[in-house]
Amino acid sequence: MSAPAVASSVHTLWTTAAVEPLEKIPAPHIEYTQLAPVLIVVGAAVLSVLVEAFVPRRGRYTAQVFLSVLALAAAFAAVVGLAAGGYGSTKAHIAAMGAIAVDGPALFLQGTILLASIVAVFTFAERRLDPADHGHRVDSFAAEAAAVPGSDHEKAAVRAGFTTTEVFPFALFAVAGMLVFPAANDLLTLFIALEVFSLPLYLLCALARRKRLMSQEAAVKYFLLGAFSSAFLLFGIALLYGYAGSVSYAVIADVVDGTVASVNPALAGTMGNDALLLIGFAMVLMGLLFKVGAVPFHMWTPDVYQGAPTPVTGFMAAATKVAAFGALLRLLYVVLPGLTWDWRPVMWGVAILTMLGGAIVAITQTDIKRLLAYSSIAHAGFLLAGVIAATPSGISSVLFYLGAYSFVTIGAFAVVTLVRDAGGEATHLSKWAGLGRRSPLVAAVFAVFLLAFAGIPLTSGFSGKFAVFKAAAEGGAGALVVVGVLSSAIAAFFYIRVIVLMFFSEPKADGPTVAVPSAFTTVAITAGVAVTLALGLAPQYFLDLANQASVFVR
Amino acid sequence: MFGTSTAFPLLTVTAAVPAVGAILTAAVPAARRTAAKWLALLVSLATLVLAGIVFARFEPGGERYQLTESYAWIKDFGVRYELGVDGIGVALIALTALLVPFVILAGWHDADPLETSSKRWRPTQGFFALILMVEAMVILSFEATDVFLFYILFEAMLIPMYFLIGGFGDRAHAGSDENAAAQRSYAAVKFLLYNLVGGLIMLAAVIGLYVVAGNFSLTEIAGARANGSLEIATSTERWLFLGFFFAFAVKAPLWPLHTWLPNAMGEATAPVAVLITAVVDKVGTFAMLRFCLGLFPEASKWATPAIVVLALISIVYGALVAVGQRDIKRLVAYASISHFGFIILGIFAMTSQGQSGATLYMVNHGISTAALMLVAGFLISRRGSRLIADYGGVQKVAPVLAGTFLIGGLATLSLPGIAPFVSEFLVLVGTYARYPVAGVIATTGIVLAALYTLVLYQRTMTGPVKEEVRKLPDLRPRELAVVVPLIAVLIFLGVFPKPLTDVVNPAVRHTMSDVQQKDPQPEVEAAK
Repeated sequence: MSAPAVASSVHTLWTTAAVEPLEKIPAPHIEYTQLAPVLIVVGAAVLSVLVEAFVPRRGRYTAQVFLSVLALAAAFAAVVGLAAGGYGSTKAHIAAMGAIAVDGPALFLQGTILLASIVAVFTFAERRLDPADHGHRVDSFAAEAAAVPGSDHEKAAVRAGFTTTEVFPFALFAVAGMLVFPAANDLLTLFIALEVFSLPLYLLCALARRKRLMSQEAAVKYFLLGAFSSAFLLFGIALLYGYAGSVSYAVIADVVDGTVASVNPALAGTMGNDALLLIGFAMVLMGLLFKVGAVPFHMWTPDVYQGAPTPVTGFMAAATKVAAFGALLRLLYVVLPGLTWDWRPVMWGVAILTMLGGAIVAITQTDIKRLLAYSSIAHAGFLLAGVIAATPSGISSVLFYLGAYSFVTIGAFAVVTLVRDAGGEATHLSKWAGLGRRSPLVAAVFAVFLLAFAGIPLTSGFSGKFAVFKAAAEGGAGALVVVGVLSSAIAAFFYIRVIVLMFFSEPKADGPTVAVPSAFTTVAITAGVAVTLALGLAPQYFLDLANQASVFVR
Repeated sequence: MFGTSTAFPLLTVTAAVPAVGAILTAAVPAARRTAAKWLALLVSLATLVLAGIVFARFEPGGERYQLTESYAWIKDFGVRYELGVDGIGVALIALTALLVPFVILAGWHDADPLETSSKRWRPTQGFFALILMVEAMVILSFEATDVFLFYILFEAMLIPMYFLIGGFGDRAHAGSDENAAAQRSYAAVKFLLYNLVGGLIMLAAVIGLYVVAGNFSLTEIAGARANGSLEIATSTERWLFLGFFFAFAVKAPLWPLHTWLPNAMGEATAPVAVLITAVVDKVGTFAMLRFCLGLFPEASKWATPAIVVLALISIVYGALVAVGQRDIKRLVAYASISHFGFIILGIFAMTSQGQSGATLYMVNHGISTAALMLVAGFLISRRGSRLIADYGGVQKVAPVLAGTFLIGGLATLSLPGIAPFVSEFLVLVGTYARYPVAGVIATTGIVLAALYTLVLYQRTMTGPVKEEVRKLPDLRPRELAVVVPLIAVLIFLGVFPKPLTDVVNPAVRHTMSDVQQKDPQPEVEAAK
């Protein structure tokens, strides 16, 4: 396009905008029913803030738990309704003026996130683990978040029996953001969704009742690094806009393919510039890989997982991963299929680093939460292997893996909350010695989760791992499969070490006790075990579900 | 829905009975320890009966895979729950079902809780439940004709095995001995890691097989390969073969992947050691016959020279190291490594005598090692030591124990008239027909076997009676009930191996035809 033409069209653009009356801007067309899952959760989150403001303190806990569970369940029902109505397959389309995709992967991931969140909210609501403090039942969260740790103010709050019921609105807002994240169909929606779920998570991380300084440190680290990665993402979005003249996935994909007809006159100088595309894309990818916890963007994971209140860690590890992988899949499969040959080598490298890095560093860990953090990094690597397949079976295998993994993770962290000593949760591994002799059932349950993490057959971990490796091998990434099995072997070592510790070591005299949880945590753990075994023994139904859900709308 | 030849899912039931029994045993309340033991024993006897029915209903002259069952399982992975037995599988199922009751009986008191244990810790129930679980998985893995199903069992059986090794030590060392506990957990972890790494490498090959073949059915893939509708590139076939073989060689175990076995057998209780070497390890050699040769005949032939060399090293090295052992159980472990060398040599000699011999060898080695190891276990539990040097003159104090120990030992060194002789002879003849030099070298293994067995007997049982040995009681009725039937079976099969060879030989002919279908070397030469 020649320079004068650009100038004139720019001119036209401005003058048209000035002349056209404002009333002519059409009202946005929003398909409210199709967005119902998100809307229900956002609505409940707003309501939940009001509950926090107006309901008396003693009634808040009950009201919040009830509201949260109800809203999440209703949203899940809406997802199921949409899927049953064919929005996952035949009626899949782009809703809300091109901002949100309603399609199979989006609904599958939203369903997974909602189920995982319900289980996670159960662990948030647990109030039986700590001994009653000044006659008040307490949960895992700080008595008053604003009180300086160790101050008189804090002591007063504890004496008064305050609890931070704000965690429930936070969780709901986070869930709302996570629901949008994998469904976002333009880059700005993606970014807003990212912020909507990240900000509450930063806060949640800071709210631990015990070890508050560590918890706050974790939150600050998470916030700073998260903000940094958000900045990368945003900058990348800007560059991609410069490249394509639009933030819409479909348009960018068209420009990448070279099929786009019209060029945004304002961007004639930059549109189609591959440097912008590659740099912008790399930055967006960085932002997503940060959330996924892939090496080399994983540095925050162990600190945050360790410092955050354990129920929050479980929630983060499960739901965030699902949402972030969903967004990553959509970005790679919808926006950049034309760039597959460019991103695959990079992702190969990231996947190999992530699998090996997570598994190797995990060996040296002595804290159970850090260990699980590194294990989650290794799992992100396995998931990336499925992502790299760039085939429909790659999508469905990642979807299946995410579903399987999130329940194992929440269950495992829920078990961690049970093992306690005088200082709260006993997360140092040495304290877990001989747990199998003192509490065979809890240890056996945790062993099931560890075996699932290790990918031993007859657990969901194996089905998931097999699915992603199969997809990777079919997609021509056989070498990745070999690295995958090798790092599985390395990873098996530290999972087994924990089992050895629990079952074959003599219990220590001053070892931790296992708290008897209320129905909330019991349900969460039971759900974890049930899903782990069900997906291990009879995964076909869920594989079918993932298969049906594996087509992105464009 | 059901398979072709039977309406009653006999094979499933044979595996399901011990599996369900394991769950029931585990559920027995803490105080009813003895009930759990009897339950486990009854379940294992019921399994033996079922295995007997399988043996009886199997027609040696009939179809290759019989009593087949086939159900859709995980469509998405092309996985079917597909069972079927050939003669080799039948023989090994019979071996497994035969040995487990004796393992349970021999381990009757091995898992009684210490007085100091917590009330909720129920080791006895766990011990017997785990044994039954291993039995179920092993039997099912002998029946599986779906590669994926087999792989799942191959891996999953590691977990109960691991808890059996790491969780239950010799009573001699139980309790406060921290060092023994540490060694035991080291042995368990070593066992698990070796086998897990082998299994994971196999997993890569399993996935690779799916990518080239599109399903996991052994019969379908082998059939498609035979009629030429499924071509696998030579290099791909070799990689896949190596992936499978590596896992089986770890499990079997073949030198140089054998080092976990002495640790595991040394630290585990004698019944568990029997379970490892006589039952679980057989899955490795069985899988070489069924999967390596069945799926990758060309690659198997390609790899044969290397494998024969490794097998010879196993035979000689295992025997030599056994001669130098000071620990009774480790000695038996190294002897087993030597014997596994023979089995693998027989399989890869690619002659029908060699493979028949190898299959018989699996059965006979299982029974003879069980006899020797269990008697050794009784001896060790009496004296509280595994060291050979701590014994001497036992035959004067406990003649029955010494006598049965001798018979077990003679079986191990393949004395004619006892079962292992037949199989060892067949393996050597079969090997000699194709690889004369290898046959000659393998024969030295027999000489060394005589050395380590007789020296073991001489040092522990003969000579002046040691002070600590003076009060050792002879075998009790329960222990006799373990040893006598095993010895009877050994002698019976030594004199009259026909029931077994009748079942095994047709299956070996099938395997031979798998491998030889494109082999220019005629079978005649092998049969000379």
